[in-house]
Amino acid sequence: MNIYVCVKHVPDSAATITIEGPNTINEKITFLVNPYDEHAITEAARIKALKTDTQVVAVCLGKAAAENSLRSAMAMGADRAILIETDKPADSILTARALAAAILADGEPWIIFTGKESIDSEGMQTQFRLAANLGLPVATNVVKLDVEEKTVTVECERDPGTIDVLRMAVPAVLAAGKGLNTPNYPTFPDIVKSRKKPVKKITLDELDIKTPAAGMRIDTLEPAVESRNPKPLSGSAAEIAERIVDILKNEAKVI
Amino acid sequence: MRSIGLLIELKNGQVKDTNFGMATAVHAQDREIVALMVDTSVDTAKSSLETHGVTRIINIKTGCSGWNPSLQADAVAAAMEAFAIDSLVGLTSPTGRELLPRIAAKLDAPLIMDCLAIDPEARRVKTSQYSGKTIATITLNGNHFIYGLRPNAVPAVKQPANADIVDFEWAATPEDGYQVIETRMEEGGGQFLAEADIIISGGRGMKSGENFSLLDDCARHMGAAIGASRVAVDNGWVPYAMQVGQTGVKVNPKVYIAVGISGSIQHFAGMKTAKTIIAINTDENAAIMANCDYYVVGDLFEILPELEKALARAVS
Repeated sequence: MNIYVCVKHVPDSAATITIEGPNTINEKITFLVNPYDEHAITEAARIKALKTDTQVVAVCLGKAAAENSLRSAMAMGADRAILIETDKPADSILTARALAAAILADGEPWIIFTGKESIDSEGMQTQFRLAANLGLPVATNVVKLDVEEKTVTVECERDPGTIDVLRMAVPAVLAAGKGLNTPNYPTFPDIVKSRKKPVKKITLDELDIKTPAAGMRIDTLEPAVESRNPKPLSGSAAEIAERIVDILKNEAKVI
Repeated sequence: MRSIGLLIELKNGQVKDTNFGMATAVHAQDREIVALMVDTSVDTAKSSLETHGVTRIINIKTGCSGWNPSLQADAVAAAMEAFAIDSLVGLTSPTGRELLPRIAAKLDAPLIMDCLAIDPEARRVKTSQYSGKTIATITLNGNHFIYGLRPNAVPAVKQPANADIVDFEWAATPEDGYQVIETRMEEGGGQFLAEADIIISGGRGMKSGENFSLLDDCARHMGAAIGASRVAVDNGWVPYAMQVGQTGVKVNPKVYIAVGISGSIQHFAGMKTAKTIIAINTDENAAIMANCDYYVVGDLFEILPELEKALARAVS
């Protein structure tokens, strides 16, 4: 039984995004493992220790360059990786089908981890589609996990400070949230070791997935413009307070 | 007539204001707007929904009580099939983040969360990507279409209509291997920060956790939720549940008051969509001062007590 961790190769959140084509960005920027997926990898490495004969397998759909994120995942604790290569843009419907097919072709899942969302497309849905494709239960924004023999108890943060406690049968799909753990940032020896770990490369076409009837197509991208025009509020503290109340009352109409 | 479904959310038994923006976002002369409500009392909701153009309310009864997103998503998908509703709009709220993707996965339907605008005719939306740095225009293709609207992205406009109520009894079969045991409230929780209309947040300038009571005093008068920057959370002044930003909660309030917050890129990623941003900071060169609507160069310890008094007078 394997633990699978689905990772996405995404632009660094601090990178400057430059739009090139109508719906493409300049990709000559730093890409890394989607931050929520780092929590997923870390949790997978933690629970691996609880069971014998269990491997952590990182799975990614992406371009050839996504191998770098799989190497990072292996430096953080994954034993091996599968890269499903494609140069074409993939929406979450196609991505979930590809991940499900690659996992089923590889072995028997115990727990499948994902991040709760990716910081590039911010779709918030691949984990649900993956679970539906595999006929498994799914929990999102998981912030605590206890594994037992045939079930897992998970805590999900629905709203800040509102925690749903779930009991789920395994296999299950669990989408990691930030509160789950502190990521295992790799040491130099971890990175060296990860270079020797195997990455199985397959193409999306080899998976022979039926083309989905439904989809989401990005037509255009445009930069988000900040159109604020800051105006000072000045005077005594009491005068400023009155001005703020006036804005709340007459302009924003919230009080 | 063409119809579009709205997944309605209640708060304390009332239809949350953010729901009405959904009705406005998809309103058209020749479109029936159908409110879908799961296991709630529709009678109290009827008049406010009618005020905003809802022409039909489907009262979905699962026979179960309590929060179970898997079961509720199944019930909504079943109602959509039963009433031939091919398009559904919900909120990108904590509830919507659980229900909408489950409905979309069940129907194998396209879904875009956090929409800023929705064109149900063209099945085209605008949404932000790359931490809000770009706006994408996306076309959906399929047999069903699911949209998650960003709360407060579309201001509600009144549109009087008359609605009939239709009951939809749906025999729930809970999903195998998925059970909600309990829902627990933690420290700093229950504020519904992600959906608040007004948020007042404190950062490094607050100097201590005790000083957050100054924000609390103001928040009480205006019904605001209280947020914090990462610095305030990392210093242990307030719980993580209050953190606004890239790695905390993303909020879309009508008014965001940033008190003693410098405004890092990561903080902005969580609140840049606020309609009006008011910044209070002693440092006139703080990043937030150049990226807000109103700024005050001043000492928060002088301004907050005055603001509390002024608010108390204004709302009394």
